[in-house]
Amino acid sequence: MTMREEIEAAAARYPSRRSAIMPALLIAQKEHGHLPGAVLEEVADILGVERIWVYELATFYTLFHTEPVGRFHLQLCDNVSCMLCGAEDLLRYLEAVLGTEKGETTPDGLFTLSTVECLGACEVAPVMQVGDDYHGNLDIARLEALLESLRAMAGQAVSAEPAPQPSAGE
Amino acid sequence: MFEPVLLRNIDLPDGHLLSSYEAGGGYEALAKVLREHTPDEVVELVKQSNLRGRGGAGFPTGMKWSFVPKQSEKPKYLCCNADEGEPGTFKDRIIMERDPHQLIEGLAVSGYAIGAETAYVYVRGEYVTAIRRLEQAIAEARDAGYLGRRVLGSDLNFDVHIHCGAGAYICGEETAMLESLEGRRAQPRLKPPFPAVAGLYASPTVINNVETLACVPHIVARGASWFRGIGPDKSPGPKLYCVSGQVRRPGLYELPMGIALRELVEEHAGGPLPGRKVQAVIPGGVSAPVIPETGLEVGMDFDSLAAVGSMLGSAGVIVVDDTTCMVKVATRIVEFFHHESCGKCTPCREGLNWAVKVLRRIEAGQGTAGDLEQLEMLCKGIFGNTFCALGDGAAMGLRAALEHFRDEFVAHIEERRCPFH
Ligand SMILES: Cc1cc2nc3c(=O)[nH]c(=O)nc-3n(C[C@H](O)[C@H](O)[C@H](O)COP(=O)(O)O)c2cc1C
Ligand code: SF4
Ligand code: FES
Repeated sequence: MTMREEIEAAAARYPSRRSAIMPALLIAQKEHGHLPGAVLEEVADILGVERIWVYELATFYTLFHTEPVGRFHLQLCDNVSCMLCGAEDLLRYLEAVLGTEKGETTPDGLFTLSTVECLGACEVAPVMQVGDDYHGNLDIARLEALLESLRAMAGQAVSAEPAPQPSAGE
Repeated sequence: MFEPVLLRNIDLPDGHLLSSYEAGGGYEALAKVLREHTPDEVVELVKQSNLRGRGGAGFPTGMKWSFVPKQSEKPKYLCCNADEGEPGTFKDRIIMERDPHQLIEGLAVSGYAIGAETAYVYVRGEYVTAIRRLEQAIAEARDAGYLGRRVLGSDLNFDVHIHCGAGAYICGEETAMLESLEGRRAQPRLKPPFPAVAGLYASPTVINNVETLACVPHIVARGASWFRGIGPDKSPGPKLYCVSGQVRRPGLYELPMGIALRELVEEHAGGPLPGRKVQAVIPGGVSAPVIPETGLEVGMDFDSLAAVGSMLGSAGVIVVDDTTCMVKVATRIVEFFHHESCGKCTPCREGLNWAVKVLRRIEAGQGTAGDLEQLEMLCKGIFGNTFCALGDGAAMGLRAALEHFRDEFVAHIEERRCPFH
């Protein structure tokens, strides 16, 4: 499905086009990684709603990013249950190994580090969300392993580009 | 041993699939109501059960349903509150991930009772797995004739749609959720009109929590008196308790309403970590005022907790041990509310901003003599003067921390440092 088709399918679930702005923004963000002004305008045009309505939502909700985020968005929960189970140490560790403060992206564009409010998985605190996945019961050793596997994944993605094929004449 | 009802499928490897749900008698309650009961009878049954809302406020569910006008020009809506943003709470996520059909059956029976043909489940956007499982379950239920046109060959038309939230705690407040569903910024609405009369798209709307709806098929299957027989008569039923924090066995526990907080924490959840002591417990998510260790005999139900100045809320039980600074915990909680304040009313937006500054100063050892009085004054200025219950929750929690752990606050100010560092 194209983005437009996906947005139309979402809009069909509501009696009002305005209700489809949130789902449309989620679809658009999946497609583009973040939501620059041009994408917001495209969403408004597809739905046929006021642009200001779209801007308003894109800036109100924290899961919408109007600025680019890194390839992996590390969202460490530092709410009470995670704090009680050591989230502060994990934050210090991440800031040190990534060389960034929370809210920033590493220069290679690989990691954006954020702290977030309760992720609703406090039974496995401390918790961090990366993309769609939750990682629970974290400690420094597990965090190290996780970062390593993310870096490996990024490396693979690069080497997964089609390797130059030997041409038939060689 | 209490036989789990809501969590009975939770450990099945494929508990989220329709086949598992049906194998355990799933959707029989829906078939039964369509065969044997009028919608009014279902409302009456839920009234008789004394089921009270599991989303936080404990409002009687049957009564809420009976406020929906019987005759309505406009379509009626059922909204399921699956926003679950209250820190310390994870029960709705686990139901949706591991037993989504239980929720769907609850939605269908409840939709039939109130005369709604459409339900929206508002799930917080972070819950990606829950959303996928729920989507899959809705598709399975449609294929099997449990949702859609002429459900199970009856006259009922009923369908369920998912609406993903995008990260705002305030969307859990029911009228803010309706604003969000209508495509606006999530700011609470003035009540009245109440949603039962004019809610989503100004139509009659019922909003219920995931766990509330999950109770409904069991009430149909086993009867109202079975439900009322579990726990206190005025606040009965099987209940999900989310235990987290500094405790040996954090996790989701299903036990009767009204179980002593001490039994929950010390026996079921295994008590404090080795060598430590419980200092305090937050019984119902961070909106619920903290209870000191000496108060743990309290029963975990709406009325018993209200009687000691706290609340059951979302039953997010957070255990704090004696190695932790309560000023720090209180500060983190007020920071949370400040961050999530929607900004609509001044006491909440400005009052919490001010309270955060004072608390951070005290925690950093830079508090001054009048700071505690100032915090008390702020609580007074916020409580009862805000547009929605977010501000009230913040003020109540802070007031309880100041009351029960005053010594720790005073020590920070007098010693000019945090005694725990
Ligand atoms: C700030 C705030 C946040 C809330 N968050 C939630 C939530 O995440 N989930 C929920 O079910 N209810 C939440 N509630 C309560 C809802 O407003 C509403 O009372 C509830 O969904 C009704 O369902 P019930 O009667 O089944 O409990 C919240 C209330 C407030 C004031
Ligand atoms: S109390 Fe806070 S969250 Fe509620 S309406 Fe006022 S500013 Fe918004
Ligand atoms: S406090 Fe971190 S997941 Fe709930």
